[in-house]
Amino acid sequence: MAGNPPSHRDAAPAQTVAEKILSAHVGRPVRAGELVVASVDGAMATDATGPLAIRAFQAMGGQALWDPARCFLVLDHATPPPNERIGNLHRLMREFQQRMGGHLYEVGEGICHQLMVEDARVRPGELFVGADSHTPTYGAVNAFAVGVGSTDLAAVWLTGKIWLKVPETIRIELEGRLPKGITAKDLALFLVGHLGVAGAIYQAIEYTGSAIHGLSLASRMTVANMSAEMGAKTGLVDPTGLELPYPFSPVHPDPGAPYAAVHRFDVSTLEPLVAAPHSPDRVVPVREVVGQPIHQAFIGSCTNARLEDLQMAAQVLRGKRIHPRVRLLIAPASRRVFHAALEDGTVQVLSQAGATFIPAGCGPCVGTHQGIPGDGEAVIASTNRNFQGRMGNPRASIYLASPAVVAASALVGAIADPVPILESEETPWELR
Amino acid sequence: MGTSLKRASQARLVGRAHVYGDHIDTDRIIPGKYTKTLDLSHLAEHVLEDLDPDFRQRVQPGDILVAGANFGCGSSREQAPLALKAAGVAAVVARSFARIFYRNAINIGLPAVEIGPHRIRSGHRLEVDLRAGVVRDLTQGEEYPATPMPRVMLAILRAGGLVNYLREHRDYRLGDEHGAP
Ligand code: SF4
Repeated sequence: MAGNPPSHRDAAPAQTVAEKILSAHVGRPVRAGELVVASVDGAMATDATGPLAIRAFQAMGGQALWDPARCFLVLDHATPPPNERIGNLHRLMREFQQRMGGHLYEVGEGICHQLMVEDARVRPGELFVGADSHTPTYGAVNAFAVGVGSTDLAAVWLTGKIWLKVPETIRIELEGRLPKGITAKDLALFLVGHLGVAGAIYQAIEYTGSAIHGLSLASRMTVANMSAEMGAKTGLVDPTGLELPYPFSPVHPDPGAPYAAVHRFDVSTLEPLVAAPHSPDRVVPVREVVGQPIHQAFIGSCTNARLEDLQMAAQVLRGKRIHPRVRLLIAPASRRVFHAALEDGTVQVLSQAGATFIPAGCGPCVGTHQGIPGDGEAVIASTNRNFQGRMGNPRASIYLASPAVVAASALVGAIADPVPILESEETPWELR
Repeated sequence: MGTSLKRASQARLVGRAHVYGDHIDTDRIIPGKYTKTLDLSHLAEHVLEDLDPDFRQRVQPGDILVAGANFGCGSSREQAPLALKAAGVAAVVARSFARIFYRNAINIGLPAVEIGPHRIRSGHRLEVDLRAGVVRDLTQGEEYPATPMPRVMLAILRAGGLVNYLREHRDYRLGDEHGAP
């Protein structure tokens, strides 16, 4: 960082998590601001970015993947294919995988980011590159994960390396206990609202504090996921309290590590939040938009479509019926999530309430198919972006919220606060 | 493709400015519904269509897009700079860029240049001088220094994009890593 003269070799300077992980992948200690070429542990492309990456790889003269065991292709953005053009792009990806190796996740397996974490394709301390902007989601498992475009990804396939500027880090300390009905999504929306859509541009974020230590893996993914909405290069969640089904050595920052900024927030008085059209940082308390009629509700995306998210929606909708003028669409984050939700009865509760299940994958999040709103319609979604046109129609409005708020709104036919509904439930309801 | 890319990334570019505001996201540069294709002409037809439906008609080859802060935020879609390039845009100048857009633009050989506060208006003639690191408003006679570009980026731009760079070198050259031009 500017202003910090290089230290003596024997006194190693205190490092952030980003600096530590990148140092390990460059082979020498690196500091924020340096431009480095780093070795990559894993690379992922989707059907939205893979076809262009394949073309770039071929144009580079690529004959073989640098390490097929570390290359993952996921068909998730437009699955099953809505037209022949996309059907052929999927075919192109399958043929590439058959020739080159690597692992391809077929239609219906789930959303790329969910699969990389669920299948332990990405692990703590790793440097992972994904051709998708929500790759920072893997900061939930203590990995430095960065989103790139197709040509960058092709370069990783060829060389196993990426050039990066070591980012400065913003540290966010979240203290206190989340009130009942307030979720990791509200936390993420609060931060995006506070820092803005360019609040962490070119920077890394470290999330820490007692509110983070108690979060489930799914909730950690929700928080890390929306680092992208602040423009961050990566979002690293403090591994304290992280539970994974395999042994790992967590990477913590050194005491005295240099931060570009430190923000401290008390989360114990947080209320349900909503991002209003057309920007994820137009965040307001749900009470300010209660009563806004909605036409479509969507629970899905790499932000909020895991088991705890579906369970939360089921808690709101158990034994009830959604409003007759609302379509409630649900796309589970993965087939595994869908099966777990089938086994514990969550799917049945939601389906009986009137929800329509669509295949595990991105679904309407990106506006290609499966739920494009009509002109003048309002949508409430558990996704991460509400830019104009995001869901495929620039004349529709999108509100972003937690699955609890989305479910409550589907029930009422207008944006609604889930807390009173949950409080009237007999079942004890505890969210971590 | 190599030569035209090379020409587009010459050190000095002169063109007409089209000026837009802050936080133009990739959905507004090219809506997601058009990006699942490898046909670039198709992309150019829809460039900026929700933001400025007439842009497509007005843009001339060699024009320069000028924007405020955080240009290209949102998705990682490389189709965003590709659509601009396919429509004839020769360079993008902004107060700041979303990082993936910035990488993507350089990787496909579309110069992306950061400058400070400016008084450039649509229709002004601009000169982007990559070697000197300045943007000149020829209409107003004003000059804006650009944020220096890392050497590796200039090397990639000079090659006409990352594809050409790697086709030539097979790997990153460590000499390109450090320092300003
Ligand atoms: S769910 Fe939405 S935000 Fe997540 S990867 Fe898919 S399209 Fe992108």
